[in-house]
Amino acid sequence: MTPGLNSTPYHPRWYRRRVSVWWWLESRPYTLFVTRELTSLAVAYFAILFLWKLDALSAGPESYARFLEWMRNPALAAVNALALLMVLLHAVTWFNLAPRALAVRLSGKRLPDWAIRAANYGAWAVATSLIVWFAERG
Amino acid sequence: MPNQVTLTVTRYRPERDAAPSDQSFDVPFRKDWVVLDALNHIKDRLDGSLSFRWSCRMGVCGSCSMMVNGVPRLTCAAFLKDFLPGPIRVEPLRYFPVLRDLVVEIGDFMHKLKRVKPWLVEKEAKPLEKGEHRQTPEQLDAYKQFSMCINCLLCYSACPIYGLEGSFIGPAAIALAQRYNRDSRDRGARERMDILTEPGGIWECTFVGECTKACPKNVDPAGAIQQYKLASLGHWVKNLMMPRSPK
Repeated sequence: MTPGLNSTPYHPRWYRRRVSVWWWLESRPYTLFVTRELTSLAVAYFAILFLWKLDALSAGPESYARFLEWMRNPALAAVNALALLMVLLHAVTWFNLAPRALAVRLSGKRLPDWAIRAANYGAWAVATSLIVWFAERG
Repeated sequence: MPNQVTLTVTRYRPERDAAPSDQSFDVPFRKDWVVLDALNHIKDRLDGSLSFRWSCRMGVCGSCSMMVNGVPRLTCAAFLKDFLPGPIRVEPLRYFPVLRDLVVEIGDFMHKLKRVKPWLVEKEAKPLEKGEHRQTPEQLDAYKQFSMCINCLLCYSACPIYGLEGSFIGPAAIALAQRYNRDSRDRGARERMDILTEPGGIWECTFVGECTKACPKNVDPAGAIQQYKLASLGHWVKNLMMPRSPK
């Protein structure tokens, strides 16, 4: 709706309905969409937590021990568990949307949705295995 | 099966109403009737003053778009039997100004559509004697899906971003820009990208995805916009790496 454009000589009074601030509760897909967008806050939260951890690690063993002690706080553990759930929702909804954004053509035919989705999950699995392998290497 | 079904229809008569109100009509129920048939029954038999747009009644013209039970639908493809027991709520398309009853003002879309140059842009016009522009089936396939758009505007009514951010060019216009960008005969992709990467363009879209669900022609405007974002990002990276490369 172009702001400021309200009428023409032939149609003297247009009626405009205002969009409610509660529009995102009006349908289930809208609510899911807003939930998906909000889960990005959890991604940012984990990024900050990671930076904090690196900072503690670089400041020496004592500082890192203090950081770990902090992390054992049950309230913080509960927040982290919730944030993990949010990040998982974020990742899964993102992977499921990826086939819409990626139109890959191989020998003239568009790759099917499942192939793009599988490639994303595959990359996720490989990255996770690499990190676990690196961490468990001793 | 019932004998009749109730339609609750939005009425707005600008010469006497300050705001729209509802009016209910009982119409005969027939299993092969769509909402548009019921509206035509009201217009012919019950109240001739009811205003709404329609033309082909077969999903081609895109004129009869309305909100049916809160969902943007082509009323010629919305069967009464799918909304039993009723009442069925029929409202004008969401996010557009209402002119009268179920008729909305679509000038905003027409204006935005024109901005994305939905025609073949050529460097220089090919003289007639040089013959026709040829395309392989693969080249046709690259844009055919986006060319199926009938400008019915259901995608605009499904998009909360369009409702909240008036400057957003919107799903159908961007899908139609992609229709020409992907056409092997077209040379206008660069000009369209300048328009569509401005505020109000592709970056307003937050990928709600409802436009694609609402589309009666499987155009997938949400896909078109996300693919456009990727292309625009690629273009930006290329310019960053090779600033002197010709545009």
